Amino acid sequence: MAQSFREVLSSGRFVVTSEIGPPKGTNIEKMLHHIDLLKDKVDALNVTDHQSSVMRFPSIGGCLAIKEQGGESILQMTCRDRNRLALQAELLFAYTRGITNVLCLTGDAVVVGDHKAAKGVFDLDSVQLLHTIRQMESGKDLGENDLDGAVQFCAGAIVTPEANPLEPQLVKFEKKVEGGAEFFQTQAIYDLEKFAKFMEYAHKFPVKILAGIILLVSARMAKYMNENVPGVFVPQDLIDELSSAPKGEALKKGIEIAGRMIATLKKESICDGVHVMAIGREEVVPDILKAAGLAT
Amino acid sequence: MKSITKQKPFEEIEQLLDGLDRVYLAGCGTCATMTRTGGREEVLAMKERLQQLGKLVTGWIVIPVACDEMTEVAIKENNGAIQDANCVLVMACALSVHRLSTYIDKPVIPALDTLFIGVEDEPGFFREVCAQCGQCVLGQTAGICPLTACHKGLLNGPCGGTKDGKCEVDKEKDCAWTLIYQRLEEQGRLDLLRKYQPPRDYNVTPKPRTIRIA
Repeated sequence: MAQSFREVLSSGRFVVTSEIGPPKGTNIEKMLHHIDLLKDKVDALNVTDHQSSVMRFPSIGGCLAIKEQGGESILQMTCRDRNRLALQAELLFAYTRGITNVLCLTGDAVVVGDHKAAKGVFDLDSVQLLHTIRQMESGKDLGENDLDGAVQFCAGAIVTPEANPLEPQLVKFEKKVEGGAEFFQTQAIYDLEKFAKFMEYAHKFPVKILAGIILLVSARMAKYMNENVPGVFVPQDLIDELSSAPKGEALKKGIEIAGRMIATLKKESICDGVHVMAIGREEVVPDILKAAGLAT
Repeated sequence: MKSITKQKPFEEIEQLLDGLDRVYLAGCGTCATMTRTGGREEVLAMKERLQQLGKLVTGWIVIPVACDEMTEVAIKENNGAIQDANCVLVMACALSVHRLSTYIDKPVIPALDTLFIGVEDEPGFFREVCAQCGQCVLGQTAGICPLTACHKGLLNGPCGGTKDGKCEVDKEKDCAWTLIYQRLEEQGRLDLLRKYQPPRDYNVTPKPRTIRIA
């Protein structure tokens, strides 16, 4: 990548990120394939950090693989599994290996994952992790000790524009901005009118907002998300559209919907970019970008 | 405020009593009676269960407040039956297990797990409200403790897992930060929520915690 992610963010062009889910095990072939497939088609690739509290190959390992293949990575860091010592140590390591984009998250609860008996750490929260990064950039660690060599990161965070209730989340969003977040990748959005209203609010802050686009692969998935995923609301007309797809073509319809949403967000300059999450269907991310008119 | 307890699985009690065939039973007339885990009725039920298992119960007592110093007197009064036993099985909170251990020169074994310090919202429903962390934040959080009532113990507001005012780990549990937001809004004190809370000092009193009150 000729440009760093921070440079891309400030370039004013429509930013596209996607994400890689590391494997459960040492067989990293599929992950490497996905990296190879996507690294030149997007501006940066997130690597999830034990997504949904399911133990996997680490985010930092995926980021190194992206780096080795010449791509730009975004290190997802949750506060669930490491205390402040471990988080800072990993930031030091990441920086020395040229991984300079971090997405700060609180992390899902341990009990939603596959190691339910584990101890959730949460020594820091996402806001405190952002402050930690900025403090380490000043040459001091969280214990106020001098660092022999500081770090520098392009730091981001997440926000849920359709959370209910929304107001407490907006307070947190503003605390993340004050904590030094430069960009936000949002939870999945499907109602563009509602999202545009959120953007009227978010535009007041000096941050870049990338709308979260989760690929819908069936009407069933859409209904499941509505019932179970906090802050995700798939409108009925999209569910109907997915249902109307001929048998075996729901995925194609989902790709079309995602592409159409991205194209609209770009055309109407609603936000600064998109973060495309295909959750296990990384193979079709290029098709989504094509449907959005973003790839050749 | 009550010490909320739950009886251990009987198989675990059986394992803990392995090789200890003569048992003296001690319950508590305060918290464990209210939670129905170590009152007279439960102690008698345990006595029967142990007898079925072939154990000899040398005696039993429900100490009025098993965690306080008067327990020493109760123990002395029942010294004969206690001496006749191999161990004392305590149907009270862990504080009481500690208290009894200081007076009895025999294995003192808990029959209960001590869960939390809680309040009884409605008969039989107990809720943890204080984690006794040593750094009270209730003055900034409208009297709701986020360290206790938020699953993740977050300090700077809700996580993204909250849905319709409920917690991501249990749809029956309220999201502490939604409640805090609502109460602070009612009080016109939302500025408290906007203030950045730095990482906690977990070293406020190093474990094991002690304090000498002058």
